[in-house]
Amino acid sequence: MSATFPSEAPRSAWPIRRLTGADPWGLLLLAPSLLLLLALFGVPAVYSVVGAFADKDGKPSLAHFRIAFGVYGHDVFFTAWLVTLSVLVIAAGAVLIGGYLILGSNRTAVRLLAWLYRWPLFVPMVCAAQMMRSFLARNGMLNNALEAADVLTPMHAVSLLDWRGVLITFVWKQLPFVTLMVAGAMAALDRSMIEAARDLGAGRLRVLLGVVLPLVRGPLLVACVLTFVTLMSVLSVPIMLTADSPTMITVDMAYRINTFGDYGTADALGVISYAMTMLVGWIYLRHAARERVLAP
Amino acid sequence: MSTAALRWVPRGLGLGLLAFAVFGPIGNLVLWAFAERWYFPHALPSQYGFAFWARVFAPRADAWGSLFLSLQIAVLTVAISLLLAVPAGYALARRSVPARGVLLLIFLLPQAFPSLPIYMNIARLFYGVGLNGTVPGVVLVHSLHGLVLAVWIAAAAFAAVDRQQEEAARDLGAGPLRSFFTVTLPAALPGLLASAIFVFLDSLDEFTGTYFVGVPDITTMPLLMFHAAMGGDYQIASITALILLLPSFAFMLVIERFLSADVLAKVGG
Repeated sequence: MSATFPSEAPRSAWPIRRLTGADPWGLLLLAPSLLLLLALFGVPAVYSVVGAFADKDGKPSLAHFRIAFGVYGHDVFFTAWLVTLSVLVIAAGAVLIGGYLILGSNRTAVRLLAWLYRWPLFVPMVCAAQMMRSFLARNGMLNNALEAADVLTPMHAVSLLDWRGVLITFVWKQLPFVTLMVAGAMAALDRSMIEAARDLGAGRLRVLLGVVLPLVRGPLLVACVLTFVTLMSVLSVPIMLTADSPTMITVDMAYRINTFGDYGTADALGVISYAMTMLVGWIYLRHAARERVLAP
Repeated sequence: MSTAALRWVPRGLGLGLLAFAVFGPIGNLVLWAFAERWYFPHALPSQYGFAFWARVFAPRADAWGSLFLSLQIAVLTVAISLLLAVPAGYALARRSVPARGVLLLIFLLPQAFPSLPIYMNIARLFYGVGLNGTVPGVVLVHSLHGLVLAVWIAAAAFAAVDRQQEEAARDLGAGPLRSFFTVTLPAALPGLLASAIFVFLDSLDEFTGTYFVGVPDITTMPLLMFHAAMGGDYQIASITALILLLPSFAFMLVIERFLSADVLAKVGG
């Protein structure tokens, strides 16, 4: 190590600089943030994992997972497919809207769509849940509109306040975010490739799926992973829209804590939700790594 | 009809349906906020009025307390998050820190994990030290995501500042602190302001963390709305929800003015 030479003695006044060659001020400026993150994220995260794998006396055990899967197994399954389905619908919607925004031939229609799609962007989840509770109810505005349009008779009107309501609320709330990211990436694309494909006679849908989509797959996947994580921990929407089982595991976690003070089972469900997001993250990373290998 | 006009049929139908999907739920909420009588199976309320607004905003009603509490918590969350994020973002953008990529990843982790299990364990830890049900406790919980958001935007905002201007200030004899406060900080200010608004809105809307850590004494606006909704008070819930919607829509309409493309391009860079 060169730092041990006497000529560099002034630098060695900072041990960290001697070790890493880095600027001590940088770490000093970062330290408060890292400490807060350690206290508010690192410690609780370790607690939740330790709590999940220990029994009441603190000994290693899978007892909490037996309850989690035994009692809430169908909710685990329900959460996994409902969130996955929501993300898939959102991704499809975002690609279609983003695609129309760059391929649409009518400027007025494009401007109208760009203005329209982003309204729910910052609407709080709780507010979205409350809106949907009235909008999707049996006598809500959706059914009333369908009846007025003669699509539905009052006899056939049904309440959508179950998994469908949760799906619709998730899509309504998250579609603008994913669309914003996808449309941003699409707008940054080199137009000449799109024009070339159009000149060769490719239809708009084919250009979108064959040329544009492969080029924005990265940002689309990032937005989908972030959305998956967000939806995995939404509590208000399933509480307010699904009165009874099956429901999402977030509701089960709150129930175990509020009713039984049972942190162990709640932590086990929490670890299951970590595992699901890690699986999605792993799929993303594998894809990203493959892209990098293929990229010139 | 010309073909150009005919093409507006599918276009108009699509846009119309989307408009109904976007504004229908909001419209239903507005109807509920002004409905005084609304009986099943009528499609519209039979009587409109402000009676419930008067109840929500009565001088001693819960709404005022919740509104001020929410604003107080949001302002404190912005203060803590930015106080910590400005030096951290500056360090990440301008100083040579070891393992910069790993540090950026650490600041992303809370966003990459479901936060509900974290919140319930924070609540459990806070219970031991008496922070449950207190304003500082809720501010700290909100600061977790506030800090992460603020660090990423602050790092991008500082990275977008022109280095040559800083160097010019140093050449003219300004010390590092002086050049930071007279050149770097003012140039990064729009980005920092955007992150402040983000954090403010995030805190104002936060539900899950407050649900676990705020009990039993801290009822912010989202919690007030939730309790009204679960209690079947549709009017009260809708009025509170509308109040929460106003800042969200306002921010959605101005966001692009604050977050310029050159800052957005540096996020995560």
